[in-house]
Amino acid sequence: MCRMEDMRDAYGDALVQIGEDPRVVVLDADLSHSNKTDIFKKKYPKRFFDVGIAESNMVGVAAGLSLTGLIPFIHTFSVFAVGRVYDQIRISVCYQKANVKIVGTSAGLSDAHDGATHQSVDDVALARVLPNMTVIAPCDGIEVRKAVRAIYDHFGPVYLRIDRMSVPFVWESMENCQFKIGKANCLKEGSDVTIIASGSTVHLAVKAANQTSKIGMKAEVLDMHTIKPIDEDAILKAAKKTGALVTVEEHSVIGALGGAVAEVLGEKYPAPLERIGIKDVFGESALNWGELLDAHNITVEAIVDAAKKVHQRK
Amino acid sequence: MHSQLTIRSIEEKALAIRRGIIEIMANGKRGHLGGSLSIADIIAALYFHQMRIDPTNPNWEDRDRFVLSKGHSVLAQYVALAELGFFPREELKEVKKIGSILQGHPDRLKTPGIEASTGSLGQGLSIACGMALGAKIKRKDFRTYVIVGDGESTEGMIWEAAIFASHYKLDNLTGITDQNRLMASGSTIVGSLVSKWRAFGWETKEIDGHNMSEILDALDWALTVKNRPVMLVCNTIKGRGISFVENNVDFHHCALTPEQYEKAVKELSERGGKK
Repeated sequence: MCRMEDMRDAYGDALVQIGEDPRVVVLDADLSHSNKTDIFKKKYPKRFFDVGIAESNMVGVAAGLSLTGLIPFIHTFSVFAVGRVYDQIRISVCYQKANVKIVGTSAGLSDAHDGATHQSVDDVALARVLPNMTVIAPCDGIEVRKAVRAIYDHFGPVYLRIDRMSVPFVWESMENCQFKIGKANCLKEGSDVTIIASGSTVHLAVKAANQTSKIGMKAEVLDMHTIKPIDEDAILKAAKKTGALVTVEEHSVIGALGGAVAEVLGEKYPAPLERIGIKDVFGESALNWGELLDAHNITVEAIVDAAKKVHQRK
Repeated sequence: MHSQLTIRSIEEKALAIRRGIIEIMANGKRGHLGGSLSIADIIAALYFHQMRIDPTNPNWEDRDRFVLSKGHSVLAQYVALAELGFFPREELKEVKKIGSILQGHPDRLKTPGIEASTGSLGQGLSIACGMALGAKIKRKDFRTYVIVGDGESTEGMIWEAAIFASHYKLDNLTGITDQNRLMASGSTIVGSLVSKWRAFGWETKEIDGHNMSEILDALDWALTVKNRPVMLVCNTIKGRGISFVENNVDFHHCALTPEQYEKAVKELSERGGKK
């Protein structure tokens, strides 16, 4: 039985830790229980503000707070965190380089019950095209903790995306996980194919690589936690080494990890690529998350098949 | 109450702002003329009397903050900032030229003295709320001022901010509405702003936004209000100060012909000491 942790629990914990800095201010839009910002609220009530169900204002207020030298972290579901407040993020945050940390929870399909209106298939793509923005999707509770510390240390706009479900630990320990914004982590060495994954799908990529090794295909696995700035060097190194790549993400294959990798390959070192992710459709309700990932073909089996296919295309 | 001398000197500054705006628009350069002229008196009152600022130290932590939520009226602000020495006056000739520190809309990263980048309407009030809340968190006594357009007040985000400021008792925030009753394409559709702001829990006063004595008194009065944000709804005339521009939406965003330019310069010079 592998160890699991809800990314939100890890997040709530990490937020309280950086809350030791009196400049850290937390805003939430009526989702503090789900987002686990209520832990921060309990510990630092004077630096927690619920804005009500008013995400646009939350973004603007955060921009203003940052301009007085504070470090606001703002929270809502991923589906609202970027798309609903896009112009506010574009102008009030990114254009003026406001030091605002935007945290979207319930990313991808992870809010299975609530259906398409609460599932974010486009947030990373939207955030990625904004100048001055950094976009991060950590893969497990340990990486969430590392990412929170890293974005707190980083000056500038950040979009951090985390799921609402328990995911298996990819990393063994905090010491074991080296986290640097913009630098992919190689989780498994391989020479035949490279699987690049981000967020909640990284553990699937590792399992898929273990399976391909059984059929004699050595797959390398990259944890691409930072989708912007994308680690071009890691992608090019992999393309030169294995010459066949698969991307995996709980997001539309358009515009996010799959899109970013395709851009790098297309311009710098063309190589066969297969993209696993949501195929340009909205989500839907399901009674559990796994069922939904299966329905959208975001599975270990699909990754293995893609690896075989891309390997043949070499 | 302020002395006639004080009032007169700030009125002179307002006139200088209007002249500066026209100067920027020489040689057919386009600009948001109507809305810049309607806030000239308010801008003069804020920059040349009310706000605690130090042009030699634009990043002074305890300075009062100003956000122009209706960012398109920035020409008025540019002239005031140049007058105060935030940047050399010659820069005004460069407005909107490629590479200029003076953009078509306020850019805090390019222009000394600009506190927030605005231009997409509806966002500045929220930024101002964040600054006011920041002052409270940091236990600073600086005040935040924000000018919102009445046309802009149709944006839903304005009312999200209105609820927020009222709930969190941002009594260190002075809102100013430039109620010139015209948006780009005609009359505003926003209805009674005084009753709206009152309903949202803001201490609200309606004044003549071209009467310097009233403006100064209202800004002082705002300082005395506790536990609530303040909104000064200022009745203004879009294009105020130039006869053919007043209340004429053709001059919302426009270029002046050489004849119009000459007439504008003449009218403003004839006003002399009068506002």
